[in-house]
Amino acid sequence: MARRSVITGIGVVAPGGDGVKEFWDLLTSGRTATRRITAFDADAFRSQVAAEVDFDPAAHGLSHREIRRMDRVTQFAVTCTREALADSGLDLSAVDPGRLGVSVGSAVGAATSLEREYLVLSDTGRDWVVDHRYASPHLFNHLTPTTIATEVAWEAGAEGPVGLVSTGCTSGIDSVGHAHKLISEGSADIVLTGASEAAVSPLAAACFDAIKATTPRNDDPEHAARPFDRTRNGFVLAEGAAMLVVEDYEHARRRGARIYAEIGGYATRCNAYHMTGLKVDGREMAAAITAAMDEARLPADAIDYVNAHGSGTKQNDRHETGAFKRALGDHAYRTPVSSIKSMIGHSLGAIGSIEIAACALAIEHGVVPPTANLHEKDPECDLDYVPLVARDHRVDAALTVGSGFGGFQSAMVLRKWRGGDA
Amino acid sequence: MKAVFTGLGVMAPIGIGAEAYWSATLERVSGITELERFDASGYPARLAGQLRDFKAEQYLSNRLLPQTDRVTRLALVAAEQALGDADVDPESFDDFDMSVIGSNATGGFEFTHREIQKLWTHGPERVSVYESFAWFNAANTGQISIRHGMRGPGSVLVAEQAGGLDAVAHARRVLREGVPLAVTGGVESSYDPWGWVSHLATGRISTVPDPRRAYLPFDEAAAGYVPGEGGAYLILEEEQAARRRGAAQVYGELAGHASTFDPRPGSGRPPGLARAIRLALADAGLQPGEIDVVFADAAGLPELDRAEADALAEVFGPHGVPVSAPKTLVGRLYAGGGPLDLVCALLSLRDGVIPATAHVRDVPADYRIDLVRGEHRSARLRTALVLARGNGGYNSALVVRR
Amino acid sequence: MTIDDLRRILTECAGMDESVHLDGETLDASFTDLGYDSLALMETASRIKEEFGIRISDEEIATVQTPRLLLAAVAEAARSQVAQAA
Repeated sequence: MARRSVITGIGVVAPGGDGVKEFWDLLTSGRTATRRITAFDADAFRSQVAAEVDFDPAAHGLSHREIRRMDRVTQFAVTCTREALADSGLDLSAVDPGRLGVSVGSAVGAATSLEREYLVLSDTGRDWVVDHRYASPHLFNHLTPTTIATEVAWEAGAEGPVGLVSTGCTSGIDSVGHAHKLISEGSADIVLTGASEAAVSPLAAACFDAIKATTPRNDDPEHAARPFDRTRNGFVLAEGAAMLVVEDYEHARRRGARIYAEIGGYATRCNAYHMTGLKVDGREMAAAITAAMDEARLPADAIDYVNAHGSGTKQNDRHETGAFKRALGDHAYRTPVSSIKSMIGHSLGAIGSIEIAACALAIEHGVVPPTANLHEKDPECDLDYVPLVARDHRVDAALTVGSGFGGFQSAMVLRKWRGGDA
Repeated sequence: MKAVFTGLGVMAPIGIGAEAYWSATLERVSGITELERFDASGYPARLAGQLRDFKAEQYLSNRLLPQTDRVTRLALVAAEQALGDADVDPESFDDFDMSVIGSNATGGFEFTHREIQKLWTHGPERVSVYESFAWFNAANTGQISIRHGMRGPGSVLVAEQAGGLDAVAHARRVLREGVPLAVTGGVESSYDPWGWVSHLATGRISTVPDPRRAYLPFDEAAAGYVPGEGGAYLILEEEQAARRRGAAQVYGELAGHASTFDPRPGSGRPPGLARAIRLALADAGLQPGEIDVVFADAAGLPELDRAEADALAEVFGPHGVPVSAPKTLVGRLYAGGGPLDLVCALLSLRDGVIPATAHVRDVPADYRIDLVRGEHRSARLRTALVLARGNGGYNSALVVRR
Repeated sequence: MTIDDLRRILTECAGMDESVHLDGETLDASFTDLGYDSLALMETASRIKEEFGIRISDEEIATVQTPRLLLAAVAEAARSQVAQAA
């Protein structure tokens, strides 16, 4: 029988809540962390709203050198790694480094630093043949996103399988899914896993402006992220990170670790349809959900909570509502479904891991976070989306899903740990 | 379960298509030339392995060109060739029975360079709608899956220059879960001026101007490497499924893989390459003496060359196994490098030839490796080990068996 | 903006099948049938703005069905921009 993987530590850097406690407080309060963009002058942009992290790397103990060489995306990941490791109570000196792995996700890596360096190298875009004499020695480390995984591995002293998963907006589920596989197959006993994104930058904003994927609700930034609401008109660009300690159950048991949840199952599919468009029937997301539930050996009616992708674009929310019905049948109408992107926005590759953290905390606390700003449901989105306020609700099994450009559709099932014979 | 390679697709500076690449390798054609897509005369390093004759419009519909970076075009053509070589008709498969697993370390960079220039010189409204995905490392997998209707598990694994082998190994994982076929590999191309300057910032790029002396792994004169573009995609199939559909050929089995990470700098602990090799051999159920040839990572930097030579001597004994570095003809292809070496390994097994490492002459005696030089070496080959390392400490080792 | 301009811009923004000659009946064929999706039309609108300074609204570009209707929309947008300026 395959080895079982459990979550034993959590670290989060999210908009409006730096650290796991603040993060969970925000989610359960139903407050939103979306605001007018402060990271750059957004006046010329169609969407001028974002969910930003007020992050002080020095306050998190990062040294001057670490701050210089690491892009913000890496600073987030390392900060979360420290919190997750401390939370797990893991004694790294007692861990075989070769059995410790890293699996981190990111869609666009060190985008902010690359863009900043570009402006210097190109003289604010004037030169196509840029001037190498202005290059930072860390420039290549901004070019390849693997730097995030490298720094996390150095932080923890990992010498097992280390890598980055970059599947766009499903990166955060897929990276943790990859960690789950590394544990199951025996390639590692512990994997530091999660995802980070820090791309509230002009280039990222311009990309989503161009395809009108982000909301133009600039006059009301606090209420701009409106998943499943009839008036929704796009997602809110965000940044953030979450890292988890995922561990072979036997390893966790031997050291008496606190277990948040078991990763019961994970699956991903491609829609092979369109780089940004979604087929209305939700078939591929439904297939991923079904495969994840099959691996967890759970029937549809065992799912107590669905953490939706819920980006708040017109097509996404209908697409996944369809996928839930297709995969869960009538149970889709009975189980609470919510989108935390209504509060913390859509942090691209990171959000999947942040949502896994939210699911683990929902299981831990028996509370389901709400969908903020949901006042009038889209008639085609007719499930119970937990509007406005958090709900006390026992969660033994949670489903989280993600959907991303390139057609990636991913699903993960977490379940409450009930002892070794569960 | 056995995972076997049934098709090869190559986009290399010395040949488009596996057979063209293989014959150019045996003829020692060098693909390393001066950068020619922009004026590189002001840069300290100007040599790269380039696909100089690649005209995307000869291979891809004009529908795809506006929305793809060069790197995605390379991936699409490589995947199409691999499918053709394996004689796979995607229409004859269930859509969930085909997966795309790729690697790419630097994304669609030339495209991004054009768009960021428009952004900062003309404003956000000028940025192309396609930038939203042409930039992503994930674009190649997405575009291949769309082109061929492949809806099984898709992924993109990145581990700098080691990620290509990790992706191929991940494809075996997907096969173990019951998917019969995967298109897997990696490509790279980020050689616009901004990308090029980013590569230069590593301090690892050779500034030697002679294309035959610039990239000399394991040589006393090693002074850095030459970056190259391209790579390979391969078709990996579950053996029984391949047999049932009457696959045209089986190049070999993916017998073992492992990846490890070097200790953090300054820890004083030994690097992880030897451990990756041992774990990959154990995964394949092979003893060191059963490996017939090694395709080396061949960093081209003295310290890293020595570390690799030490690992090989440690596992296989001094001069214990023939070693080749065919990438001296094409440069280091980042995520494409491992998959291209894997193609080379499979064709070596097929033809019983170990290609000589071009350009390298003087290997320090204390490296204690049998680096094949001068003449190609004929041998009965049953197994090969392919190695790849990535900047930061990534090690990946993959074993193939006939 | 002429039909030749539209043909060129569409081709640059999203390619064009060799079998398509954008005139006569194809002027009334749907963009979907001609192989242009919503991204292609957004890119086309952006290029029209860049080249001709004529802005077509998000709503318009999301709903316009055929090349003939798009040309008409551009002409109308140009007229109203001039009217506003006056």
